[in-house]
Amino acid sequence: MKIKFKLNGQAVETDIRPDAFLIDVLRDLDCLGVKKGCDTGTCGACTIHVDGKPALACVQLAAKADGQEILTIEGVRDQAKEIGRYLVAEGVEQCGYCSPGTIMSILYLEEQIANPSDEEILYYLNGNLCRCSGYTGQLRAIRAYMDSKYKEVNKNETCA
Amino acid sequence: MKHVLNSPPKKDGMQLVQGYPVYTDDIAPKNALIVKVLRSPHAFARIKTIKTDTAKKIPGVVCVLTWKDVPRVPYTRAGQCYPELSAYDKFILDEYVRHVGDDVAIVAAKDEATADKALRLLKVDYEILNPVLDMENAIDHETVVHPEPELFTHINVGCEPKRNIACEVGIELGNLDEALANSDYVFKARYNTQAQAQAMLESQRSYSYLDQNGRLTVVSSTQIPYHTRRILARALELPRHQIRVMKPRIGGGFGSKQTAHSEFYPALVTHLTGKPAKIVYSRKDVFRGTTSRHKMRFDITLGMDNEGMIKAIQMDGLSDTGAYGEHAQTTFGAAGKKVLTLYNKVKACKFHGRVVYSNNVPGGALRGFGVTQGTFALESAINEACRTLNLDPIEVRRMNMIKKGETTPLINMTTKGAGDEPINMDSCLLENCVASGMELFDWDAKKKKHESLNQDSHLKYGVGMAIAQQGSGLPNIDMASATIRLNDDGFFTLLTGSTDIGTGSDTAMAQIAAELLDVPLEKVIVHASDTDTTPYDSGAYASSTTYTTGNAVIDAANKMVTAIRETGAKFFNSSPENILYKDETISCESSGESIDLASFSNKIMYNMIHTQLSVTGSFVPKKTAPPYMAGFAEVCVNTRTGETKVTDFVGVVDCGTPINPNLARIQAEGGISQGIGMALIEDVQVSDNGTLQTDTFMTYKIPARRDVPNIRVALAKGYDETGPFGAKSIGEVVINTVAPAITDAIENAIGVRIRSLPATPEKVLLASLEGVRVAEENIETSSSC
Repeated sequence: MKIKFKLNGQAVETDIRPDAFLIDVLRDLDCLGVKKGCDTGTCGACTIHVDGKPALACVQLAAKADGQEILTIEGVRDQAKEIGRYLVAEGVEQCGYCSPGTIMSILYLEEQIANPSDEEILYYLNGNLCRCSGYTGQLRAIRAYMDSKYKEVNKNETCA
Repeated sequence: MKHVLNSPPKKDGMQLVQGYPVYTDDIAPKNALIVKVLRSPHAFARIKTIKTDTAKKIPGVVCVLTWKDVPRVPYTRAGQCYPELSAYDKFILDEYVRHVGDDVAIVAAKDEATADKALRLLKVDYEILNPVLDMENAIDHETVVHPEPELFTHINVGCEPKRNIACEVGIELGNLDEALANSDYVFKARYNTQAQAQAMLESQRSYSYLDQNGRLTVVSSTQIPYHTRRILARALELPRHQIRVMKPRIGGGFGSKQTAHSEFYPALVTHLTGKPAKIVYSRKDVFRGTTSRHKMRFDITLGMDNEGMIKAIQMDGLSDTGAYGEHAQTTFGAAGKKVLTLYNKVKACKFHGRVVYSNNVPGGALRGFGVTQGTFALESAINEACRTLNLDPIEVRRMNMIKKGETTPLINMTTKGAGDEPINMDSCLLENCVASGMELFDWDAKKKKHESLNQDSHLKYGVGMAIAQQGSGLPNIDMASATIRLNDDGFFTLLTGSTDIGTGSDTAMAQIAAELLDVPLEKVIVHASDTDTTPYDSGAYASSTTYTTGNAVIDAANKMVTAIRETGAKFFNSSPENILYKDETISCESSGESIDLASFSNKIMYNMIHTQLSVTGSFVPKKTAPPYMAGFAEVCVNTRTGETKVTDFVGVVDCGTPINPNLARIQAEGGISQGIGMALIEDVQVSDNGTLQTDTFMTYKIPARRDVPNIRVALAKGYDETGPFGAKSIGEVVINTVAPAITDAIENAIGVRIRSLPATPEKVLLASLEGVRVAEENIETSSSC
């Protein structure tokens, strides 16, 4: 079957199997930053944004994407770079396999709460599993990123 | 130092976080055949027939292979140096399936849907056999897991397959009976550790193709490219020179990829069809078709005097290796030798036990590699004895643990090629780890605070601690090598066979090289893990890369500096002793001339001398260089639900010089988190017929962000003279103290001792209710009197 959707800002029309999962279709479309970790929507490695909200590509049927706006890590490379700098500064990207999904969740959190508390960070990212880092260092990195963003925003507002 | 003891970001970090295609499945050829494995639904069965003709007729199915189509050569999948200590007990496919998930048939098709369809249409007629699932009953069970005559071991490890014994391990020092008889107090208890899954986020996967010369090339998410080449060659009956194994970026290992798994199937398909082939394990494939931590049981007997001096330790154990014996002997042996050597003041100690075959999913390597299991048992027993005798566990550790400069003959007895000379632990900072950990944790103040917090509350706080060690590579077994080339424009290529599995070891190796080559880090390009182009390395296991490969890089870098000076002498028409290399400049002291490295490399390559400087260094660990750790846990137990929350964890690690302190700290934080999972949550569970009840992340839970506290780690300021710039290992030691510290904290909080991991809410609640029931019965009995 044919579906049409917006992928990282571009209109896409593709032929899919009716039982295809979105993750496989996205990876076929060269969005290889979307990672498969568990096949059951549990680990968060495949986190993308669907119509502006985080979603798990490994458990969403691709057919449902018809008419939707899909955003993957490939569509937010600049922001990923900015957040990524904080992660690599702490060494908490480690194997890196969970990083793109985690960054997609961080971006959503940022949209929802300008300067989240530690508890809010943990709450919003609880669905993004990481086996390497133990999370503590990731919290340090995300805290530092959020603090710097918040400062920047506040500074700009003062200037305006 | 410019690079060592600094924390530059990992060289690959920015590419990884932005999701660039760098992992195995990202770079596999798009036209690769999709390979899938049909897995056994039965724990033990003989395949009577497999009907393949319907599956073969599906358009797009390229091959269907059963046990009749593959070479019948026994081998071990364990990634160990040859000759391995693991039994050769596995065939690619066999007439017998020995665990739920064991491989039955291989299918290759043009796409995933076709391969799945073919799997569904394979009709297998099984003769279901009676499985042996309880390790306690495995020895001399009527079911023999490996009746086949081909099974053999290279080295006598006490393997008796007809009795379901994979191996036997015994270590003994002094006269145990006498030491126990001379003890004021003898403590005995039984401890069980569960099968834990590695749960790396990237599953096993690999792809293969024939190169331009018709050689089989396998790209795999592996920790052991060189061992994989050797194992594949044997299994496929190909000469080793016909195989190349490469490793791209790896999405985590933790030991899961120290056993070859996914490689056989696409490699065989490519070998037979000439076509590129790929397999990506589903999470179910990982749980059912690979390995988990060996389940172990230890009976501990501890002899102490009233002051807390430990006189005797006996560890009598049993380990379940499941259907195949990968890493059976080595994990179990480590549970003895790397645990008992912590307590060097005993009069006698004895470790004995067997590893048994069963029809469970095989045991394998997982961070800590047996030491984790042994540490849980012994540290728990010492903590329990302390509570019974009302002794301070920290003081008892101070009295009994190994200290700087000390040794025990056990180290000689358990280290290959060690000789008789005492091997002193000159870099051991365990004492400092305990002292500074206690301070950082605020042990005494916390205990005081809990007294008031716990009053009249259903939330009870408690504290516990434990100590542990591990190794740094395997002395006289592991070997690493590194090649360094000077390129034009003055940058270096560092070729190593070591396998960065996400830890950042490529970056640490570059830091070591850059330090000695006196260049900025970006001028050391690391290329690793390609059996055709990089020099041999035994692999990323046994906490070896920083220590073993690091030393090989030092050897190579020193040789490169010598080569630069020798070539500089030719360049300046002088002799090497007059040539100085520093700060990317080669200068001739006698003539006062100098040239920068970039111009020098351009000139010697393009204009004069016409050479490329290339050197290779290598290293074999000679002396054991154990890292040490003290771990302190604070828990809060909800007495209404039995739920345990870790509210604080402090780990102080002696890893010698941390080459990259940030990356070292994350190893510790990650290991502690994995330890919390083992202590409280994780358990590979099997039903009565051997079916896995936990084969997805929905049923097998690993710690999420809110399951771990803010882990606090400190690195002791250590230095081991045999390590690169003083470094020892850190990757594995960090998991060992966690479970015994947490279960001790639970006892401190609510008076309940969990001796069988994990300490789930159900177990804790039942045990505490049992305690209440016993107490009530005692009251009733006394009142009736």
